Amino acid sequence: MADTPIPLEVRNIKKRFGDTEVLKGLSLKARKGDVITLIGASGSGKSTFLRCMNLLEQPDEGDLLVHGEEIRFKQTRHGREPADWKQVVRMRAKLSMVFQSFNLWAHMTLLENVIEAPVHVLGKPKKEAIEQARALLERVGLSARADAYPAQMSGGQQQRGAIARALAMDPEVMLFDEPTSALDPELVGDVLKVMRDLAAEGRTMVVVTHEMSFARDVSSQVIYLHQGLVEEVGPPAEVLGNPQSPRLKQFLAPKY
Amino acid sequence: MDNLTTWFNDLLAGNVIFTPQTLGYYWTGLVTTSQLVFLSLVIGLVLAIPLAIGRSSRHRWISLPIYAYTYVFRGTPLLIQLYIIYYGVVFFDGIQQTFLWPILREAFYPALIAFTLNTAAYTTEIFRGAIKATPRGEIEAARAYGMSQALMMRRIILPSAFRRALPAYGNEVIFMLHASAIASVVTLMDLTGAARFVYARFYAPFEAFLFVAAIYLCLTFAILYFFRYLEKRLLAHLKPA
Amino acid sequence: MFDLHGYGPRLLEGAGVTIQLAILSLALAIVLGLLTASAKMSRNWLLHKVATLYTTLIRGVPDLVLMMLLFFGGQMVLNLATDALYDRFGVDWYVNLNAFAAGALTIGFIFGAYMGETFRGAFMAVDHGQIEAGKAYGMSNWLVFRRIRFPLMMRHALPGLSNNWMVLLKTTALVSVIGLSDMVRIAAEASRATHEPFTFLLPVAAIYLLIASVSEWFFARLQKRYDVGFGEH
Repeated sequence: MADTPIPLEVRNIKKRFGDTEVLKGLSLKARKGDVITLIGASGSGKSTFLRCMNLLEQPDEGDLLVHGEEIRFKQTRHGREPADWKQVVRMRAKLSMVFQSFNLWAHMTLLENVIEAPVHVLGKPKKEAIEQARALLERVGLSARADAYPAQMSGGQQQRGAIARALAMDPEVMLFDEPTSALDPELVGDVLKVMRDLAAEGRTMVVVTHEMSFARDVSSQVIYLHQGLVEEVGPPAEVLGNPQSPRLKQFLAPKY
Repeated sequence: MDNLTTWFNDLLAGNVIFTPQTLGYYWTGLVTTSQLVFLSLVIGLVLAIPLAIGRSSRHRWISLPIYAYTYVFRGTPLLIQLYIIYYGVVFFDGIQQTFLWPILREAFYPALIAFTLNTAAYTTEIFRGAIKATPRGEIEAARAYGMSQALMMRRIILPSAFRRALPAYGNEVIFMLHASAIASVVTLMDLTGAARFVYARFYAPFEAFLFVAAIYLCLTFAILYFFRYLEKRLLAHLKPA
Repeated sequence: MFDLHGYGPRLLEGAGVTIQLAILSLALAIVLGLLTASAKMSRNWLLHKVATLYTTLIRGVPDLVLMMLLFFGGQMVLNLATDALYDRFGVDWYVNLNAFAAGALTIGFIFGAYMGETFRGAFMAVDHGQIEAGKAYGMSNWLVFRRIRFPLMMRHALPGLSNNWMVLLKTTALVSVIGLSDMVRIAAEASRATHEPFTFLLPVAAIYLLIASVSEWFFARLQKRYDVGFGEH
């Protein structure tokens, strides 16, 4: 895959589960250095949209381009599937995802989690991977916990560890799926700080979140989804500062 | 050494049943039982890993025949399986003339085959359950990081499934030790066979069977503690600090 | 189809013996299991110890060894007792322990230990509030047990119960070793006599599978009944 100014582009993604159409034609273009936040009520389809971007969900329609290279699909009995899984594997290695429930591998220590994919997917020499992993753990403030197992760490530590794991892939784009939603309120701050630092150094990120302050301060583009459609899109000052649709106004209104 | 021998002879002096000779039978029995159980468990384990992967496959033509195998071997008594294999081999026409006969005539090998097929069937289902129980999120993370199906199986699913399967597999090992007692039915001199021999010779059921029961009990506890130790070491990662 | 060399009727009879043995052992095991579970949950120190010793010892020794111990040892005790009767009182009375009784007793005794664990876990899974509600409405202890604890407990016990039954069914085959003419023994005899092992042993294996499949269906229906009011269905 060549190096282009547009590492990730999706066009007109549609997805249905049974009879309900959850995504009704969504598009997004992430330029290098963009931080795009997806906001919306639960059930708006924002997480499904994100999961379609690295094909953890198979979109029924729509195109997916990584650095301009289009992912090929074929029709099967079970619906549309990628035509070449090798291409998908190659593509996924460029986009690394951070999950709501961390999903660190429970049988490996934190350090082993971080070096796993670089060594076995990218084929990096183990020694080099370990060196890099230690530096990354230092960055997210976890160098002391390298040999701990996930079950021995707090949720906030696990999520920062998961971010280190994602960074170890040298990803072109980082996908964040509600990374702070499963955390106790007092642990959210540490994770958000790490994410702000990443944005500041020019990482390309697509973030599904409920943290409006993060969306306002950090993102270059905010997309408000409602029932599988884009309701409003634009820079945060416009979308969050001057919402047009009544639904977004209500969504942003203080709850109490 | 001399001291030890005299001490041992003194201990047995006046004892009609537990002579050095009968203790020798029990020792032979212990060796036979250990060989049978250990070999069948090891071979069964090696067979069970690919079978469990196949059993978890989405393709029915792979998973269904494996399911049929485990269903039949888990649904019928081991004794029947032993008889079928033992008599099947012994009465197989022409086998007496082949070079295999000296090996197969010994009841050891038919018993080993029966035990291996039996434990492989149970172990396959244990592993399948453990594979199925892999947390979905961990599999998604593996996919999201570009792992292929084979790499994910090797690096993520199997290592975590093995650990999860450990307690159930410990039970299977104990089950196999106990089930191996039927080897004596096809003339093998295993632990139970030794006890039956001593019982028949001295008509002393309590001495013969209580002694062997005590040996089985010790073996069971040894296995139990071994697996508890393994669990402590290998399952430490699941416990919060 | 098969030429059973005249063993057909005897094999059927043997199947009957197997089923009777299994059901009788199960009944015994359930009674013993309930007793063991109550003993393990009781505050009486001695009862608790005895029950624990029982379940530990049973689970540490092969079924076949226990069976032989009871069958051969039991016969010896009986002989000693009847001899004593004759010597002391001149009563000439002789009892032969039969393989069916010894088998049912041993299997019931063995699986009583496993059932005890199953029932104990199931009793502990019952929501205590439900029992308190029964007491609050003036139900006697027995009434609470019969109408509330037992039915609620069964929902949790059924999976374990069904599993124990499947293992018990296969264990009955061992009684052929101490001389009971169940279907396994008859099939083995026929195999030796005719040198045609598959003709007799494969149908017997099929009968075991059949009984297991029918039981599975039966337990699934039973579970549905006890699941009423719980879960989605």
